[in-house]
Amino acid sequence: MIVRISDDALARALGADELAAAFERKGHEVQRTSSWGMHWLEPLVEVDGMGFGPATLADVDAILDGSSDKAIGEIVEHPFIARQQRLTFARAGKTRPTSLEDYEATGGWIGLRRARQIGGAAVVEEVLASGLRGRGGAGFPTGIKWKTVANTPAEQKYIVCNADEGDSGTFADRMVMEGDPFALIEGMAIAGEAVGATQGYIYVRSEYPDAIRKLDEALRLGASIIAPFRCEVRVGAGAYVCGEETSLLNSLEGKRGEVRAKPPLPAIEGLFGKPTVVNNVLTLAAVPHILTEGGASLYDTLGVARSKGTMPIQLAGNIKHGGLFETAFGITLRELVYDIGGGTQSGRPVKAVQVGGPLGAYIHPDQFDIRFDYEEYTEADALIGHGGITVFDDTADMGAMARFAMEFCAAESCGKCTPCRIGAVRGIELIDRIRAGGRPADAVELMPVMHNAPKTGRLPEQEIGLLTDLCETMKFGSLCALGGFTPYPVMSALRHWPEDFMPREGAKVPEGSEA
Amino acid sequence: MSTREERVAEIVAAHAGREGPLLPILHDVQHALGCVDAESEAQIAKALNLSRADVHGVVSFYHDFTARPDPRPEVQICRAEACKARGVEALIPAAEQAAGDRVRLSTVYCLGLCSAGPAARTGDRLHARLDAAGLTQVIENAR
Repeated sequence: MIVRISDDALARALGADELAAAFERKGHEVQRTSSWGMHWLEPLVEVDGMGFGPATLADVDAILDGSSDKAIGEIVEHPFIARQQRLTFARAGKTRPTSLEDYEATGGWIGLRRARQIGGAAVVEEVLASGLRGRGGAGFPTGIKWKTVANTPAEQKYIVCNADEGDSGTFADRMVMEGDPFALIEGMAIAGEAVGATQGYIYVRSEYPDAIRKLDEALRLGASIIAPFRCEVRVGAGAYVCGEETSLLNSLEGKRGEVRAKPPLPAIEGLFGKPTVVNNVLTLAAVPHILTEGGASLYDTLGVARSKGTMPIQLAGNIKHGGLFETAFGITLRELVYDIGGGTQSGRPVKAVQVGGPLGAYIHPDQFDIRFDYEEYTEADALIGHGGITVFDDTADMGAMARFAMEFCAAESCGKCTPCRIGAVRGIELIDRIRAGGRPADAVELMPVMHNAPKTGRLPEQEIGLLTDLCETMKFGSLCALGGFTPYPVMSALRHWPEDFMPREGAKVPEGSEA
Repeated sequence: MSTREERVAEIVAAHAGREGPLLPILHDVQHALGCVDAESEAQIAKALNLSRADVHGVVSFYHDFTARPDPRPEVQICRAEACKARGVEALIPAAEQAAGDRVRLSTVYCLGLCSAGPAARTGDRLHARLDAAGLTQVIENAR
């Protein structure tokens, strides 16, 4: 009997390796595949298309004799899978990640072969026509970026894959790299064909050891297929800000991961000053499908308004059915959180949902009719980001989460621009003072010579005014999204849950804290 | 020539001719020696024709590089939003108690297991869906 168990990092963290070994000891062939993305069922065991999960070592015998109470029925019929429209994740759960044979058998390399046939200019046209937008967060039209690089003359151009997926609540990049690495590599080779680049770099964060190992393996196996295009993996070093494209380029060059001012755009002066395509993993992994016959026009028919195609949405945090859900744009948050996600894991009411990682806004259940669409989120003062959705139940302290957003920004700021470097620290202090109920007048304010200064200290409302001002400055004065978007979680938490910023029970105004 | 110098020289030589070799070199040095100390910084700077300040600036920028070795085993605990939503903060006191002085606990922002937190990492081994007992076990088993 053939038993299929994922070798995705999440499944392995939950004991998939031990489970696989147990089935092998019983004399069965175990195939290690990518993950279906139903994370609450991992480790998921598949026998003849039927699923069993979450499986433990104690379930092995029952699964084999068909009496297991962990049976979920046929996996492809499972509502979580059946409701999806998988293009980027078409192979998820079905193939062995580093098997060239499996990749070829499921339509691999068709896009690259066709790209080579129709030539670079036509490839750019097709990507433009598909309406594909950058999946890293900014949503910039991919075709336009590629066109810029293609039209900039240079002896050397680069394709850089941004695989520094640092946002909490996101794991789609990781799942592509671990589950379908050839798709990413093919997408990069197609990009190389489109713009005339022969060298690619995949910048992966060091927190993803499995992804690094599998990409290295896949690149070794696929080197002759993508030649003359060459590609290698570079490993980050624990800096969140390196997910920002210009600081990623600095890091690749061997410098501090500090943000560069734009212009010049990386498309014109990028890695080592050469024209460079910098795209997210999901963007590049969507390309092979788009380049198949009719792929671009299919992509364009999916989605709503200017958000075309599908988005791999990641359901995370306190959610019952967490995992990867790829669907066309336009789905509402209500459907995602309740119908698909099944509400909270803890069974308590949903209090807030953060969409778009640590820099995304906290969304109140009253706003759950918002549709997944770049423009609709922008209008609601929120962002899609990388498509991560983190659910919180009613025990969450939103004042503490707002403080954490500032703390995170302070810890991860590259230090290049003032609003982010200093603003984040001042933000922590302000939130602490608001939650402490304001502060007394400090020694300078009390000096007789400071006759215009208030002598009564500052009330929480006044501190909130300051925080609002600070957020405004960070939003418009920061060089990149780290400082620029940290105000989203802070201000949205303040707007929707002001009671969480009220002085807590027993909080005292700290005596002379400013003196 | 001391062994440290030899090791660093070998690592630098292994990356000769690569574009932007500094980060890969630093990763290898950190892995081999458990840190990137001032002597190594100077040696790498000389080999790559950079100033010591440049190399030190890079070493001190990234969380993965440390100036001094720490022989204790390390357990990284994810304390980002998704793991917070799943209750990681409540596990920290028990984790600290289990770690004592023997194990170094460090905070990491996201291991990418956000649908199955709280999550931790020891070496290249990941652990998910941890409760207080599970995390304590991970810490006690850390070598």
